[in-house]
Amino acid sequence: MKRYISAYFEDEENLLRATKELRAKDVSIQDVLTPFPVHGLDTALGYKRSNLPTVAFICGAIGLAIAFGFQTWAFTVDYPLFIGGKPHFSIPSFIPITFELTVLFAAFGMAIAFFIRSKLGPGANNIIHDERSTNDRFVIIVDLDEAGNQDAIVKSILEKEEALNIQVKEIES
Amino acid sequence: MYVSPIREPLITGKKTYKQITDEISAPIEGKAGKAWYAGITITLSALFLGLAMMGWTIWQGIGTWGLNKTIGWGWGITNFVWWVGIGHAGTFISAILLLFRQKWRTSINRSAEAMTLFAVMCAGLFPLIHMGRPLLGFFVFPYPNTRGLWVNFNSPLLWDVFAISTYFSVSLLFWYVGLIPDIGTIRDKVKSKFKKAIYGFLSFGWTGSARHWSRHETMSLILAGLAAPLVLSVHSIVSSDFATSVIPGWHTTIFPPYFVSGAIFSGFAMVLTLLIITRKVLNLESYITVGHVESMNKIIIATGSIVGIAYITELFIAWYSGVEYEQYAFLNRATGPYWWAYAIMMTCNVISPQLLWFKKLRRNLAFTFVLSIFINIGMWFERFVIIVTSLHRDYLPSSWSMYEPTIVEVGIFIGTLGLFFTCFLLFIRVFPVIAIAEVKTVMKNSGEKLANRDKNE
Repeated sequence: MKRYISAYFEDEENLLRATKELRAKDVSIQDVLTPFPVHGLDTALGYKRSNLPTVAFICGAIGLAIAFGFQTWAFTVDYPLFIGGKPHFSIPSFIPITFELTVLFAAFGMAIAFFIRSKLGPGANNIIHDERSTNDRFVIIVDLDEAGNQDAIVKSILEKEEALNIQVKEIES
Repeated sequence: MYVSPIREPLITGKKTYKQITDEISAPIEGKAGKAWYAGITITLSALFLGLAMMGWTIWQGIGTWGLNKTIGWGWGITNFVWWVGIGHAGTFISAILLLFRQKWRTSINRSAEAMTLFAVMCAGLFPLIHMGRPLLGFFVFPYPNTRGLWVNFNSPLLWDVFAISTYFSVSLLFWYVGLIPDIGTIRDKVKSKFKKAIYGFLSFGWTGSARHWSRHETMSLILAGLAAPLVLSVHSIVSSDFATSVIPGWHTTIFPPYFVSGAIFSGFAMVLTLLIITRKVLNLESYITVGHVESMNKIIIATGSIVGIAYITELFIAWYSGVEYEQYAFLNRATGPYWWAYAIMMTCNVISPQLLWFKKLRRNLAFTFVLSIFINIGMWFERFVIIVTSLHRDYLPSSWSMYEPTIVEVGIFIGTLGLFFTCFLLFIRVFPVIAIAEVKTVMKNSGEKLANRDKNE
């Protein structure tokens, strides 16, 4: 049996303080749903820095290699074409397309990685806890232990920060 | 939270988060008014006129245009460059201003990015129609073919293909990724089951989880970092279509920065034209304030002045080069048979934006609106002047010629205006015109002092 407690705040400052206090008490926070990115919330929740920039870099590098390699191959190996006596392997004129494809690969690679990692995408059917969490409510979902030892302390922190609609839920697992 | 006592608030009226959501999503939930229907009737008529003229061009051939042997590029390419340029403001606002942490962008980035997409769509039509045989348009892509040939990677016209298609794809991605949280908001707000299903699908299952937000923020920043050089590259490449040729008047090394600043200049003018009306019609005056208009006007003076300097530099270099063809090209541009086009360009692009040094005029909406139209016209003429005046008197006086557009070319241009405004009118009914989530993030530190609900502060 899994137990958790859910509540919502009307202000992000309350949410931030509550999050910090709960984390200080070693309570595990399952999820926080906010209508906009709250500044400092990811550090308060202890999230590590995302690897998306690395993904973007790798995808960009692949795009760069493909674009530059393909142009070079097509113009020097496959079909060397004389155009106004210009050299076959002319690095400067390969740069624009190389740059464009680098950006294209990096952007799409990163976005696809984001959607896969976050399990978002067309047709994704995630549970919506509170329809107003995308509007003006800052919802917090806190895991509780089965014995119920943490209940009181979590509730007191939430109440102190003026959380509303505090509910304990249990699901069989 | 610290609120600057001097700075003008970015959002006026003491709004709550719910109010922001309600007010911005009101046009989506409500029914369209008479003005909207009237507007879309006009724009759709223009679009159909354009489609008919495009059909005629394709059916009958490019001979229906006013081009001739001397002047092989006319309105088609003028319109192409004009539309691409307009698109640049959207990416500038969403990418470059994001990197510079300009918070005022949050109120205008969504609609400006949408404008970018529609403008690039309009632009893309012109090279396609200009091919004469658009069905063979796929020849521009390097694909293995029976001819055993590849496309010419040394040609700026091919770079354009890659630049414009990348620009469109990345702008679309950037726009949509930013839109997802707001689509989630709309999904949770609309009542009808059908709408909920549609927005639910489009929202990609967005919940607003802190982990998603954290990644979303990182991704937006990197996308902005990628889009910023992209936007600069696109118009630089467009300018290379001209600059890498050896035509006097085109063969100029300052073209890339000159075109890029011109693009941002004209793009901001179009953003102002659209938003001054939109804020009024959709009652968004407290989000897109006079302060926002003033900020945009400041960018207009900056880029407009760069454009002015570029014009003068061109004239100076033409004289200083000592090349008689170059000198003649510019003398002919200013005093030849197309002097009137040059005069319109100079008045609209160099002189008129200088009026914005007066704060009163910068903050005057009616003046800004008229000025933005002037700049749109002036920037269209800039491209016309560069293209037509450089071509119409070439090296042999026997082949000197004049160019006049036919009704077909004019019709196609009107058609793209129709396409652009039709798309914009549909956009304001379907998606939130202002980035709801982003506006909420600046609410507390840049809004009018809130009735503070956080009692512990």
